[in-house]
Amino acid sequence: MANEIAIGQAEPGCKKVDPILIADNVTRQFGGLTAVNVDHLEIPRGQITALIGPNGAGKTTLFNLLTGFDKPNTGSWTFQGKNLAGMPSYKVARLGMIRTFQLTKALSLLTVIENMRLGAQDNPGERFLVSLFKPLWRVQEAKITANAESLLERFKLDAKRDDYAASLSGGQRKLLEMARALMSQPKLVMLDEPMAGVNPALTQSLLEHIKDLKTNGTTVLFVEHDMHMVRHISDWVIVMAEGKVVAEGPPAEVMKNPAVIDAYLGAHHDTDLGTMQIKVVKEDKK
Amino acid sequence: MDWLNILNLAVSEMINPISASFILCALGLSVHFGYTGLLNFGQAAFAGVGAYAMVIGILTFHLPILLALLFALACSAVFALILGIPTLRLRADYLAIVTIASAEVFRYFMTTIGFSSVTGGASGLSQFGDEFWALNPFTFSGKVGFGPFEYSARDWFIRIVAWLLIAVSAVFIWLLMRSPWGRVLKSIREDEDAVRSLGKNVFAYKLQSLIIGGGLGSLGGMVLVMNFSTVAPQNWVTTFTFQIWTVLLLGGAATILGPIVGGMVLFLLLSLTQSIMSGLVHLGWLPFLSDPQVGQIRFLLIGLALMLLVIFRPQGIFGNKKELQFNG
Amino acid sequence: MIQLSQARRFSLAIGAVFMMFGIFFGSLPAMGANEAKAATPNPAPTNISQLLIKGTVKNEGVGVAGVKFHVTGNGVDLTATSGDDGKWQLVMQEKGVYKVEIVLDSLPKGVGLRDASLTSRDADLTITDTAAVLFPLGKDIRVVQPIGDQIIIRVFAGLNLGLLLAVAAIGISLIFGTTGLNNFAHGEMVTFGALFMYLFYAVLGWPVILAAAVTIALSAVFGWSQDAAIWRPLRKRRTGLNQMMIVSIGLSIVLRYLLLLFFGGETKTINPTFESVEIGPILTTVNSLTSMGISAVALAAVALFLTRTRIGKATRAVSDNAALAASTGIDVERIIRIVWVLAGALTGLAGILYGMQFQGNWLMGFSILLLLFASVTLGGLGTALGATVGALIIGMVVEVSSLVLPTDLKYAASLIILILVLLVRPQGVLGKKQRIG
Repeated sequence: MANEIAIGQAEPGCKKVDPILIADNVTRQFGGLTAVNVDHLEIPRGQITALIGPNGAGKTTLFNLLTGFDKPNTGSWTFQGKNLAGMPSYKVARLGMIRTFQLTKALSLLTVIENMRLGAQDNPGERFLVSLFKPLWRVQEAKITANAESLLERFKLDAKRDDYAASLSGGQRKLLEMARALMSQPKLVMLDEPMAGVNPALTQSLLEHIKDLKTNGTTVLFVEHDMHMVRHISDWVIVMAEGKVVAEGPPAEVMKNPAVIDAYLGAHHDTDLGTMQIKVVKEDKK
Repeated sequence: MDWLNILNLAVSEMINPISASFILCALGLSVHFGYTGLLNFGQAAFAGVGAYAMVIGILTFHLPILLALLFALACSAVFALILGIPTLRLRADYLAIVTIASAEVFRYFMTTIGFSSVTGGASGLSQFGDEFWALNPFTFSGKVGFGPFEYSARDWFIRIVAWLLIAVSAVFIWLLMRSPWGRVLKSIREDEDAVRSLGKNVFAYKLQSLIIGGGLGSLGGMVLVMNFSTVAPQNWVTTFTFQIWTVLLLGGAATILGPIVGGMVLFLLLSLTQSIMSGLVHLGWLPFLSDPQVGQIRFLLIGLALMLLVIFRPQGIFGNKKELQFNG
Repeated sequence: MIQLSQARRFSLAIGAVFMMFGIFFGSLPAMGANEAKAATPNPAPTNISQLLIKGTVKNEGVGVAGVKFHVTGNGVDLTATSGDDGKWQLVMQEKGVYKVEIVLDSLPKGVGLRDASLTSRDADLTITDTAAVLFPLGKDIRVVQPIGDQIIIRVFAGLNLGLLLAVAAIGISLIFGTTGLNNFAHGEMVTFGALFMYLFYAVLGWPVILAAAVTIALSAVFGWSQDAAIWRPLRKRRTGLNQMMIVSIGLSIVLRYLLLLFFGGETKTINPTFESVEIGPILTTVNSLTSMGISAVALAAVALFLTRTRIGKATRAVSDNAALAASTGIDVERIIRIVWVLAGALTGLAGILYGMQFQGNWLMGFSILLLLFASVTLGGLGTALGATVGALIIGMVVEVSSLVLPTDLKYAASLIILILVLLVRPQGVLGKKQRIG
């Protein structure tokens, strides 16, 4: 497995056969604290990659940096060969690298279908002067709506089409956020804890959706605490601790790596990572 | 007390040019705050920039009235850019403080003796309306109308112009807000980061919103000074801004009808309370108040209305509680 | 149902605040009537809509005759001359703001303005029907001074203003720190202090210490009651901070106009006596020096309170992180209550000091509100030390900038600094950068 994805040994910062995202020397400090310090990192194209690590490992901060939501102290990274460093977040998204958030950002005072429509790119009606004349955007809007409806159906949200997003359950919001991200047919989807706060009944369908993404040729990078899920669906696992990448590899191998167990669990040395459900303590977002 | 007179006066107040100019300013603020979530505490400055630019255009640059109006809208857009480019990245409450401070700075600059050859300094400018009033198609003398709406030719003219502007502005906002552009704006009000993550240039949208709402505020300012026939710095004090906020919140911030009805209702109520209180003063029932003090109570009521509305009915008369929430 | 009963409790609470006002002002209407009489010495009390600009020029307590005043604005250009008692007045036809300029050449030899930079003042007749314009006179300092002396004079004035602003700004800062509220009604607490001092000291003739003590006590009660009647219930309802900010704007308007209703719109001289003191090039008054001393002591006391006492430390803990403070057993609501009382007292003191040195009117607090915000923001929101440093800087900017800028732009200079600071360093000069993400 390792050989299909990585070139040579699976070790922190190893080269990939076909990387979609390559980051170099990315660091971010808050006051005296170094939150992220990644020497080299490659994300394989067309695979599902999990980013795991204990709280405060810098996973979300790395997400924020890569997607332009935060500015690094140093570093550069490329997406499909295009340099992204210093690029504002909306341009990153337009290039096809769409993220979701740990605390779901469903726009609760908009209806579900409006949320979906917002996800589409290149809607002429979103330009100020064009927006005044409906004939100029009606056709495109209808296309977008049709696309949105089929996605809603796929995510089993079609019954909620005209409800305010505020009325959805936590899990449904996660689904909506993911479906909305797909409206723009992204190349890389970055999911920040897609399972956090999702009721177990929905977990399975969420997993299926993530696998579907891969089938449709979308690359997935996700942050997760739920080891069960990581082992189940990911092709590759990257482990972070104290801002650094400490291990990489296929899930089964990584979970056996003593360095990972050490970094990840600290005191719970004797627990098998694969069977453990880590209690998710929300990182302080502030 | 002459009830009929009081009622007539109050009803007539609903469509008077002052109410109309507040409504225009409030429509602009609804684009800023109601739809985009921008806490603009400097709407008075937008109105002031529009009014001064129009008057200076007429008096200093000798522009015809229509060009002066366009010049004023352009100045208002430039003001929005100067204000917006640096501040729209700030937190909402910082934006509030920066906008209120900018409005005061604007007022100080209009007051200072240094520029008084252009701005007229503390006493302001007047005698700029000839061309506007010459456009008046009505030629009748005396008052014409029905019921409470009996006005002179001049009064009819400015009312019709003001309300046409309101109608055009309302349709304009309606067109914008039903479009995908309006959807992006409303989404920014909810959560900027989500909108950013979907590839929208949030900053550009906010700037557009600031320019458009500011332009509507400028129209309001122009109507106001045309009606007064003078423009002076003290028109644009912060109380003016917060009266606009009261109009907006009374009707409902994220609605189009809201600011219009809010303005009419507020001025109706103010006129009623003022007339009734002043009647009571003359009857000697309110011995502790004098006539000018009744005028001061007007502002007290505006402040009280603002407080109570925000606490008990932040969505206003027309707003849907689901549609508008204050963020943060 | 819950909503309703909450609403009712709420209106009751707001009613209570106004009741309090009612009690304070119960004795005032008579006074207001006196003033109205004094304002229109000419007969025709029926002509209530007469607009009047008036003033008295006195030098060392004696009226100065023959001083000319030039009134312009709203198409008016008139001149008034003071009579033997130093009184002058002009009747205006239109509402509006007029500019009153004192004709310096008409002053007797050796007599000059106490504040030489203020040769003109505004008379606001938009809301009130009488505007008093006073030009305090003193020793003529119109002699051109060397630039070094001018700078020293301005720096001294800046220090004076800065200390006053600091005493008032600490309240804003503490309230923001502990509750997150940007309190736009803070300026009215300054006005409250000044006008009640006027009532007790100038009108009722109480001894100065007693008048000040009672005013400060009332200001403290005023602070406490604002929290109890409005902010505490709103916190309980989990009202958003931006919403509360707008509520405070409404409250500010209500309070301002209540103060106007009960005290009238005239500018009041609270302390008519002044003794001038010369320190090098600086010409100042005993009042100003006393005020600066009291401000410095008050600031030092607050610093000691915040750093040395248990409650002070708890206050800082709440400012730092309310949730964390609560989890360590600090009663956050109690701390907030204390902060409001303290803020009320300090701000009332600032109002007293401001009023004793300069003058007082119903708008004074509001007119320095943005300077207070500027101070607090400049120093870093929510830190008391920051507010003090910020206030001193803003005071300096206001006064020193008048060396190069026209005096009518000196407030603008400080507001521009506020805007620039927010743009470049939103966390303030002393504030820590917030952790994001």
